[in-house]
Amino acid sequence: MTKAELIVAYENMLLAREFDHAMINLYRQSKIVGGVYAQIGNEASSVGTAMALQEGDIIFPMHRDNGAHFVRGMTPREMAINFLFRRGSITRGTDGTGHFADPEKKIYGNVSHLGAMVPVAVGAALAQKLSKSGFVVLNYIGDGGASVGEVHEGLMMASVQQLPFVLVIENNQYAYSTPVAAQTHNPRFSDRAIGYGIPGVTVDGTDIEAVFSATSQAIEFARAGNGPTIIETTTMRMRGHAEHDPFDYVPKELLEEWDRKDPVLRTATLLLNKGASESELTSMQQQAKSEIEEAVAYANTLPAPDAAEAFKNVFFQ
Amino acid sequence: MTYIDAINDALQYEMERDSSVFLIGEDIGAFGGAFKATKGLYQRFGKDRVIDTPITEAGLVGAAIGASLFGYRPVAEMQFSDFITNAFNQLVTVAATTAYRWGLPVPIVVRCPSGAGISGGPFHSRNPEVWFVHQPGLKVVCPGTPEDAKGLLISSIRDNSPVLFFEHKRLYRSLKSEVPSGEYVVPLGKAKTARIGKDLSLITYGGTLPLAVEVAEAFAKEGKADIEVIDLRSLVPLDLEAILSSVRKTSRVLVLHEDNLTAGFGAELVALITEHAFEALDAPVKRLASFDSPVPFAPDLEREVLPSVRSVGSAVEELLDY
Ligand SMILES: Cc1ncc(C[n+]2csc(CCOP(=O)(O)OP(=O)(O)O)c2C)c(N)n1
Ligand SMILES: [Mg+2]
Repeated sequence: MTKAELIVAYENMLLAREFDHAMINLYRQSKIVGGVYAQIGNEASSVGTAMALQEGDIIFPMHRDNGAHFVRGMTPREMAINFLFRRGSITRGTDGTGHFADPEKKIYGNVSHLGAMVPVAVGAALAQKLSKSGFVVLNYIGDGGASVGEVHEGLMMASVQQLPFVLVIENNQYAYSTPVAAQTHNPRFSDRAIGYGIPGVTVDGTDIEAVFSATSQAIEFARAGNGPTIIETTTMRMRGHAEHDPFDYVPKELLEEWDRKDPVLRTATLLLNKGASESELTSMQQQAKSEIEEAVAYANTLPAPDAAEAFKNVFFQ
Repeated sequence: MTYIDAINDALQYEMERDSSVFLIGEDIGAFGGAFKATKGLYQRFGKDRVIDTPITEAGLVGAAIGASLFGYRPVAEMQFSDFITNAFNQLVTVAATTAYRWGLPVPIVVRCPSGAGISGGPFHSRNPEVWFVHQPGLKVVCPGTPEDAKGLLISSIRDNSPVLFFEHKRLYRSLKSEVPSGEYVVPLGKAKTARIGKDLSLITYGGTLPLAVEVAEAFAKEGKADIEVIDLRSLVPLDLEAILSSVRKTSRVLVLHEDNLTAGFGAELVALITEHAFEALDAPVKRLASFDSPVPFAPDLEREVLPSVRSVGSAVEELLDY
């Protein structure tokens, strides 16, 4: 990646991490409802993949992809307003966390049911093929969600129709308390591609350059009409499943091992190697922190949604 | 025109008129579908507008949802309505909640050949409409005549909400009537008085509409009663006004459907009628529906569980005698 690309990556990874810290704090103060699914450890995967998209491309992220949301143009304020269920939120207060869609930014969030969005994202890719738009759909699933039957059905359709579709399997070693070894007999998720007759690659999901390069390749492959790819990014979920979860089932050594590969630190090192200075990095860190703090403070000044919203739009108006 | 030809006509008409309409399903292409509802459409519109899929009910309904987010109006076919269980999550979790959560339309239609009476056995005979009635955000349409099959399907395709469209497969080739050619729209949510009467309201939809009319005609012929038959045509949206005005006129109500009894749509109708028109009733509202069992395979057993001229007739007698 160029220095300029690395700067963009680093800024978005910092936003994702600071947003996590802010949400964790609010959770501890009981100032937030619902779960807080931190993405700490996943920043290079969500940011590096999303950065490979071009303008007009479409993204269907999952619950630990705030970094991808930031890359695709969600602002910290928009995110904070939705997470904090304030008036003016993009879901009108009907749904939380990343469960929103913003058609202008071509972001289509998830539903809670893991796997359910894969066939939908494939349908979005079908629409691109039919309309010859030239746009590609990037969709995400976890090591746990990848077991759901709908993922298979979506991949059957995407592969047989040779759709412009890329599925990122974010293998962060755990699905809630279930380790990969109890999720699948074959821990190499990219092998699943063989069954669909499509390319599959595994990359180090803490290495922003590896993630970006693999995804860029898959996206251009799809755009050229060659069909879908599965990309497995190996990462570590450095927190509990959500903040209520003490994750004492995760061995300490495993966390220590992955902590040495912290994607935010690794990206900082890459930047230093590209000639960035310590003080540049520090100011980027401060900038991200203050942007998130400002966004949360702003959201906190907003009132709750108007109660009448609860009764609107059950059917499209 | 037969009921199935009316479906085919509606699909062809909408596909000619609107290039955003495409069909997606299993064996619907060159083969024309298990019931031939899409016969000739692949030859006319090509493989990008009549899309054959692997056996992936969740996959193809999901694909319809996804494409609908990008300006398409997909019409998905379940080979049999029974298989919609495999797409349940896509419909109730994704399609039904999208307008509420995202403020976006999901203009899809899922066509479901449903119903018993053809010895289809437990897995090719279901009437699963009420599962979807319970989920806010879905429309549920059940035509009982060829002309409604056409007019309601056209409305469903043009609707911006996800529509479950239940076609009763026993009606496919057993019903024939005049169907207007070209543009023909029957709005969703408007019931039809299939027979005007004054002594009893027989409220039904879909597969049991011909049965209701047959019984009503028989009672009229024998001079026993003048029965009004209300054809709901869609369950969501529901034409409550039409129901209540008939009930207020006749004061006796039989609710009839082929889906089994317990927590069927009849239960909702009885609740609505007693809530809104209790003072108009001269007898308890009665329900007649299939026996609460899987639909059995052997014709002699199947006949036992389904509503029949005899069972409907005796329910009517009971109400008239009350
Ligand atoms: C179909 C379904 N079953 C169960 C759940 C509850 N659940 C939410 S997240 C989760 C674990 C997901 O693990 P993974 O897919 O690996 O993603 P991660 O949270 O690790 O990023 C579970 C079991 C769900 N949301 N959907
Ligand atoms: Mg996981």
